[in-house]
Amino acid sequence: MAILIRKPSDIRPSEITPQSIYLDRRKFMRHTVAASMLLAVDAVMPVWAKQWPDAAKSKFSTNLKTNTLAEITSYNNFYEFGTGKEDPAKNAGAFNPRPWSITVEGECTRKGTFNLEDFIKPYALEERIYRLRCVEGWSMVIPWVGFSLADMLKTFEPTSKAKFVEFTTLYDKSRMPGQQRRVLNWPYVEALRIDEAMNPLPVMAVGLYGDILPNQNGAPIRLVVPWKYGFKSIKSIVKIRFTEKQPKTTWNESAPKEYGFYSNVNPNVDHPRWSQKKERRIGEPFWKPKIDTLMYNGYADQVAQLYQGMDLRKYF
Amino acid sequence: MSFALSDKAIQWYIKPVLFSVCLLPFVFIVVQAFAGSLGTNPVEAMTHRTGDWALRFLLITLSITPLRRIINLPWLIKIRRMLGLYAFFYAFMHFITYIWFDQYFDWMEILIDIPKRPFITVGFAAFLLLIPLAVTSTNKMMRRLKKNWTKLHKLIYLIAALGVLHFLWVVKADTFEPLVYAIILLVLFSYRAYSRRKSLA
Repeated sequence: MAILIRKPSDIRPSEITPQSIYLDRRKFMRHTVAASMLLAVDAVMPVWAKQWPDAAKSKFSTNLKTNTLAEITSYNNFYEFGTGKEDPAKNAGAFNPRPWSITVEGECTRKGTFNLEDFIKPYALEERIYRLRCVEGWSMVIPWVGFSLADMLKTFEPTSKAKFVEFTTLYDKSRMPGQQRRVLNWPYVEALRIDEAMNPLPVMAVGLYGDILPNQNGAPIRLVVPWKYGFKSIKSIVKIRFTEKQPKTTWNESAPKEYGFYSNVNPNVDHPRWSQKKERRIGEPFWKPKIDTLMYNGYADQVAQLYQGMDLRKYF
Repeated sequence: MSFALSDKAIQWYIKPVLFSVCLLPFVFIVVQAFAGSLGTNPVEAMTHRTGDWALRFLLITLSITPLRRIINLPWLIKIRRMLGLYAFFYAFMHFITYIWFDQYFDWMEILIDIPKRPFITVGFAAFLLLIPLAVTSTNKMMRRLKKNWTKLHKLIYLIAALGVLHFLWVVKADTFEPLVYAIILLVLFSYRAYSRRKSLA
């Protein structure tokens, strides 16, 4: 019986796997293994891969039920990435907030430009779960990670002339596509009176839910002032300036009769176009009624004394 | 040459299809509301979408007359009533969303809100003015009102203008979308003014 064994010369060159593909196969195997490991890592990510999983708890945190990460990151007013509420989530993905630097100037001793890592290094990060009330009439409960604004401002040794502190958002049309349309007078500027800024509540936030701040929420660093309407809590800050005179702020300039410099949450002073008595808590079923808005968004005990004797209808 | 359609074709095919298509936005809103896929703020989505469709149907209704002349489709007049009634339907749903999900039947607050907030005042006025048009949309009412019917239904121009103003006054800073509606309305107005002058000359 003849055993058919082909001689090497019978094997056509076209049947031999080219070396490049042969090597590709190894590469493919390596990639597959790597990809499946990554998937496995992803599945356990929330447990250990967060940036600051054990940020200290704060006595200022509310114990209200927090909004989900999906809610907090899918519904944002961040006109630098578009005016629709879903626009920031859609358009901020490509934004790279690192490297980042922050300039401190004006009425203070330690002026300068600092890179983000050096800027935040001196402070202990903590988790602050705060209510956020938007001027549009909706609200959320958000677990920020950050540090005290007052502690940070003191580092730069403001002089006695520092009566206000002004914050500026990055202005870069190529990175923030919403700035290509002049819906607001870019760059976005917000400010606080120095005693407001020195109150223990305001936070410089660098994170959310124990992890770094998503782009659509104001990466890499933003302000959070929980007793004021959300637009005062300026995002993606590149400049901090101490001033003697009250700075011009973006929404106030855009519509002075509608958005005051103070913009403290106040159910008794309506927006000229709509009531501020109630708010819709995001995440509640749509068939449930709105909830009452609280004076100073529920932080009256900590901040009411800042405005004693002021006519809140005039200084809205 | 015009593309003619028999009354039968309009009655049995065009109208039922059109009716279903126009109802689709509403069906989607309801289905998504219960599926939880209306976005992070469902009440806002419902409000915006019913309002958008009310405005769109108003403009579509207004464009029927110019369209049937320009592209020579006289039978289009036979579907205008349905489109107008859909404008009323979506305006009504917009109003219901406000009363129910936004204000949760807080009648005191609603009664204060309507005269106090200019954008709500004009929106509410537009809705109220749509009611007589919807009521008198039947053949019977058309015959009964004779010439007055046409006069009465000219109100739709005012209603559309109030609707656009309502939208323009509610936005915070970005006026792009309401301005698009305003421009379309202006084009429709100008066409009407132009063809009227021509017919008078």
